[in-house]
Amino acid sequence: MTKKFKILYKVSIIILAIMAAMLLGAIILWTIGADVAKTYMVILFEPLKTSLQITEVLIRAIPLTIIALGISVAYRSGIINIGAEGQMAMGILGTTAIALLFPTLPKPVLLPMAVLSGALCGAFWGFIPGILKAKLQVSELLSTVMLNYIAAQFYTFFLRGPMLDPAESTLGGSGTPQSMRLTKNIWLDRFIPGTRLHTGIFFAIFLAIIIYLLLWKTSTGMKMRAAGASARAARYGGISVTWYLVIAMAISGAFAGMAGAIEIAGVHRRAIEGITGGYGFSGIVVALFGGLHPAGIIPAAFFFGLLIVGADMTQRLVGVPANMVNVLQGIIILVIVSTKMVLADPYLMEKVWRRYQKLTNPPKEVEA
Amino acid sequence: MEVTTKKITSLRVEHITKRFPGVLASDDISLSIGEGEILALVGENGAGKTTLMNILMGLYQPDEGRILINGEEVRFRSPNDAFAAGLGMVHQQYMLVPNMTVLENIALGYKQAWSPFKLDLGKVRERIEEISKKYGLFVDPDAFIWQLSVGEQQRVELVKTLCLGAKFLILDEPTSALTPQETDELIVLLKRMTSELSIIFISHKLQEVKDLSNTITILRHGSVVFQGNTTDHSPSDIAALMTGHEVELPHNDEPPCEGAIALNIKNLHVKSDRGFLALNNLNLSIRSGEIVGLAGVSGNGQRELAEAINGLRKVEGGEILFYGEDLANKSPHHVIEAGMGYIPEERNTEGIVPSFSIKENLILKDASHPEFSKHTFLRNKEIETNATDLRVKFDIRSPNIAVAAGSLSGGNIQKVILAREISRKPKFLIAVYPIRGLDLGAAEFIHRQLLEKRKEGIGILLVSEELDEILDLSDRIAVIFKGQIQKILDRKDATRRSLGILMAGVKDDQEI
Repeated sequence: MTKKFKILYKVSIIILAIMAAMLLGAIILWTIGADVAKTYMVILFEPLKTSLQITEVLIRAIPLTIIALGISVAYRSGIINIGAEGQMAMGILGTTAIALLFPTLPKPVLLPMAVLSGALCGAFWGFIPGILKAKLQVSELLSTVMLNYIAAQFYTFFLRGPMLDPAESTLGGSGTPQSMRLTKNIWLDRFIPGTRLHTGIFFAIFLAIIIYLLLWKTSTGMKMRAAGASARAARYGGISVTWYLVIAMAISGAFAGMAGAIEIAGVHRRAIEGITGGYGFSGIVVALFGGLHPAGIIPAAFFFGLLIVGADMTQRLVGVPANMVNVLQGIIILVIVSTKMVLADPYLMEKVWRRYQKLTNPPKEVEA
Repeated sequence: MEVTTKKITSLRVEHITKRFPGVLASDDISLSIGEGEILALVGENGAGKTTLMNILMGLYQPDEGRILINGEEVRFRSPNDAFAAGLGMVHQQYMLVPNMTVLENIALGYKQAWSPFKLDLGKVRERIEEISKKYGLFVDPDAFIWQLSVGEQQRVELVKTLCLGAKFLILDEPTSALTPQETDELIVLLKRMTSELSIIFISHKLQEVKDLSNTITILRHGSVVFQGNTTDHSPSDIAALMTGHEVELPHNDEPPCEGAIALNIKNLHVKSDRGFLALNNLNLSIRSGEIVGLAGVSGNGQRELAEAINGLRKVEGGEILFYGEDLANKSPHHVIEAGMGYIPEERNTEGIVPSFSIKENLILKDASHPEFSKHTFLRNKEIETNATDLRVKFDIRSPNIAVAAGSLSGGNIQKVILAREISRKPKFLIAVYPIRGLDLGAAEFIHRQLLEKRKEGIGILLVSEELDEILDLSDRIAVIFKGQIQKILDRKDATRRSLGILMAGVKDDQEI
């Protein structure tokens, strides 16, 4: 098989996939009477047109990256964490609590303390399903999803009760349950004037490097991956599979918690109801999409950030409801996942190669 | 689809070629089997036997060539087509659903018991009993597959194939899990069955090939290197043709050793997955520098014994004294650190992490060892040096040390496991079915390594069903039956016959 053919094969599969996704999406857009071409242009290119919009994409990519990194640790260790949404909410509560309790502490003390508190709250929320699975074989699919609900109620309770902004209760306020504006001492700097892009982006990249080192360069990471890849072989090799499962879930939860901490310290500067906004679930897709590897997760997070911002814009510019864009996102995800499977199938490639040879070389030459 | 009731009087395979990415698995292979004939298909691992059979069974489509039954060309698009034509295969890797019972597994293929709204399990049960009785192959219809040993699973496969009404049998190493007596019985049975059907028989055991087959076809690297009548050739001729060179398995000729007792198992009680006592008051002691062969039909407690010693299974009662320390109910990590080496039964799923590279698998037990990690960071250079050295020393055939261990052949996977276990310098080694399914070249290599370790004073517990292997290597032979040691013999006192009788559960030779 020539190299030229291999590249040609892969490129044509990708082009076919893109065309298939566009076509499916076009059918759906056409049925609701939208301007198909314009919608596509807006989703994919509008968010990249100005630097302000690019920074908005990056802002969405930050929590997605951090959450996806955590999820990849759990996934690689053989446990599926669907509870990032709840872990993130707990992280926000932990961070807010510290900021509200110690508003006068200097920034170099308060900020790390608040992020750490968020991480610990998230880690605790991840630890629960981990230990339940390790000790009682409770399915993590059940426990993480249920803990999401519990976390959501906790979150609502605190924001409508103990943490509610005093301004909201007396003056009516914005009508959205939220905490008061947090002290400036936990704000992350916005380093590009006129945009909201904050230093959390460097923290996300730093965490990506940490995860890469942890999983591929340390013995702990190797044991976690062994436990995930083949629990039986890991047990045989003297690795305590259940122990690493709990650790992995705690790390995963800590990352979701940190994503929450960074999100409020960088963007909102207060805890608001509904702030997690599905990041915990999109994070799963980003993690899988990025091949459960930090080097893949960062671009995947950027792509999903793009889709989130794009969905917003189509609603405003083309009048296509944002929910419709979610449908398109779903289609794109399905097509990309299927394409990855097709590209990974060497048998199909071999078959196409033989067809290709028959087409390019006349049969006589083949026999000779 | 109705299963044909017509007899298969001839099966011909013409110019079959099958390519896999980067591999020519079958290269222009032709075969022919007449009515009532038994053809032995022989070759080393990776020679293309299983691929060829999978083509015959419709699991793969050939790239070129054709298959003729009774002179008519047939095309199998799926295994269903092959079943319908009357071909039945017992695979090397069993095609059974682990979390279903024997009865349910057989019912899956037994279409006569199906009606649109009801599955008549009673009918399936009758059929199983009929077949079991007819051929003397007894299975427990209500046992779950995952609870059965490999040998028992193979029996289920045979019964299943016969139940489904096969007119032509393809057997992929059918005797690998049977006692010599059972093997003899199977050979008699298969010969008798030739009055009704023809058989293709894949085997590594040349003596059986000799006893059973009419014609023989030898494959090497995907193509036929020899075809002829079995009677005209001796087993050693066949072995030489198969490997391309002369092979002789090594023997243990040394006098029995007088080392200190390394492993002393006292009154051991261990439960099986099904909850009954798989080991019931088992006693066994092994000296350092001695190989004790544990002979027995699989499913008599061998797996449970190996797992209990290695901390992978709970001990209900008794002691496992390892140089004086009781290992019962210690963690696998503790047992490994105590100096225990273990070559497990399931080499593909337990002995290695299939998706990990060779170099990672070689340090699976030592990732935290200071030799390979410093402040928890892996020392890549040392890991690579270790792997490069071991790859050469243990003749692991792979493109490099970074390929996934799961992509290697069985023999090479076993060499990776052996390399890791031996290079860790264990005080004791437990080897479970170390050469099952391996070709002669790999088997020879592994046996030599085991004998060398014995010389260095390491005690070895060798669990095997193959009497040749046990008789070749052991100083003493313990026969296990239903979770107890039936008898312990010195090598000089053991014969194939005496062992076979003990393995079948008869204690006193005189009773036969």
